[in-house]
Amino acid sequence: MSVSEPASRPPRRMKLPIIEHLEVAAHARELVLYAPELAQSSSPGQFVHVLCGSPAALDPLLRRPFSIHDADPTSGRVSLLYEIRGRGTGVLAGRLPGETLDVLGPLGQGFTLPESESQPLILTAGGIAVAPIYFLGRRIADTIGCRRTTFVIGARTQSLLVCLDKFSQLGQDVRLATDDGSAGYHGLASGLLEQCVEEMGAAKPLVYACGPMPMLKAVAEIAKAHGLKCQVSTEAKMACGIGACMSCVIEVRFGDSSRYVRCCKEGPAFDADEVIW
Amino acid sequence: MTSRLAVEIAGIQMKNPVMVASGTFGFGREYSDLIDLHMLGAIVTKGTSLEPWVGNPPDRVAETPAGMLNAIGLQNDGVDRLISEKIPWLRRFDVPVIVNIVGKTVDEYAEVARRLEGVEGVAGVEVNISCPNVKEAGIAFGTDPAMAAKVVGAVRKATRLPVIPKLSPNVTDIAQMARVCVDAGADAISLINTLLGMAIDAETRVFKLANITGGLSGPAIKPVALRMVWEVAQAVDVPVIGIGGIMTAEDAIEFFLAGADAIQVGTANFVNPTAALDIIGGLDAYLDRHGFGHISEIVGAARSPVGKGKGD
Repeated sequence: MSVSEPASRPPRRMKLPIIEHLEVAAHARELVLYAPELAQSSSPGQFVHVLCGSPAALDPLLRRPFSIHDADPTSGRVSLLYEIRGRGTGVLAGRLPGETLDVLGPLGQGFTLPESESQPLILTAGGIAVAPIYFLGRRIADTIGCRRTTFVIGARTQSLLVCLDKFSQLGQDVRLATDDGSAGYHGLASGLLEQCVEEMGAAKPLVYACGPMPMLKAVAEIAKAHGLKCQVSTEAKMACGIGACMSCVIEVRFGDSSRYVRCCKEGPAFDADEVIW
Repeated sequence: MTSRLAVEIAGIQMKNPVMVASGTFGFGREYSDLIDLHMLGAIVTKGTSLEPWVGNPPDRVAETPAGMLNAIGLQNDGVDRLISEKIPWLRRFDVPVIVNIVGKTVDEYAEVARRLEGVEGVAGVEVNISCPNVKEAGIAFGTDPAMAAKVVGAVRKATRLPVIPKLSPNVTDIAQMARVCVDAGADAISLINTLLGMAIDAETRVFKLANITGGLSGPAIKPVALRMVWEVAQAVDVPVIGIGGIMTAEDAIEFFLAGADAIQVGTANFVNPTAALDIIGGLDAYLDRHGFGHISEIVGAARSPVGKGKGD
């Protein structure tokens, strides 16, 4: 079905050196690991499960899942982009280049890539969810080379828009939305997405989205209303990250009924019309 | 690994006394890329019911200081799929498989046990009378001695497999619960399951679990578990399997010293997928360092502090 998706490889546990840890904004960090194997085996939408503090620390206890933000098989660099939100990311923000990080990955099912370069695309991200959307955009640019890709990137306010320079470097149409109107379209990313879809008229873009669940729900509704195929990358509170504990479930359609499937195993990427919103 | 860690628990031969706890290790397969399953003392599989159960709505998990709350609600595919899919896959490994069983009625528990009878690759049943997250199942049986006796008795009649009730800590007198289960035919006792708890997001004023309450596990509960294992070990003559917040070999050794004959590693699997193997290695090193010939020599070997008792 997909063109360049690598064969799914089993997850591994790795001790990976931190080679860079950058403050990309007051609230966000980019952490770069030297991980040649992971760089080879990761596909966009997959994630890693990271022990943020020292291995012996009892608090925070659990690993934290992070979308893969970039993976370069040539240099062996794998990058994570995260927002400092709670105790796990707070501890992670204090880790320094030269230290090693205990990482499980690659995990989960990523996005299914478009099949042809003529397929118009809209890639939508809300807030820190630009992390996997950038990797997806870059991988599509490097492998399939879709000619018409629009990025729709939203955040609450201008200072929370991150990595815009990277998106510009992909040489595609980058549109911004802020809830408060401080940059770009005044309103939600989903509102801007709808505007883009309408502009494209009969082109029927394939829509990809990652962001908070209410945003994904709005994106899914817009895609459905316009008859567009849409994939979303979901988020859920997680414990094991490898499909054992059944914590991170997402409700999906199952015949006439529904069932809970694991965000970490069957997801995090799903067809939008599969998810019960 | 040396035979000085080999144990027999409820008639089940194990290479070592370190098992992985129900609900934290799936059906083994999920961990098979990350850990050599045949190195484990035993695998206790995810709680399994007669019919498939859908489980609770999310969020199902919340981290707490040195611990976590869960309210999975025993989502599982039912015993028939366990027998047709999960157990056959596990047979390739030289490791005993203990099936954790749950039910909404006494008859359901008994029927699950009956279906497991004679299934190649099933070494025993752990009777989950302690899940705090399913109202009509689990804990209702685990907090009432008369109900616990009924369930264990019914399972005992339904199977010749070793029967291991898993006790809830959410009781006043854990020793009494253990005695009642042994009188009803239990071959061993495992304890503790999770402690009933709750977490609230102060900023949003929303309960962190959709189920509102959940079961607390992890290092935060270790002192409670240790005390309960110590009480039960003194109250019954069957083997005791200690569970509760074990992260390291040192934690495990404390459980042996309190009277456990074997232990289970639970929440630690989420943090460190090789936690059980690390603990097995650590136990061996401990026996070396202290000159013990067999793990059984440290079971119940904790002593009172000398010269610092009351009145000194």
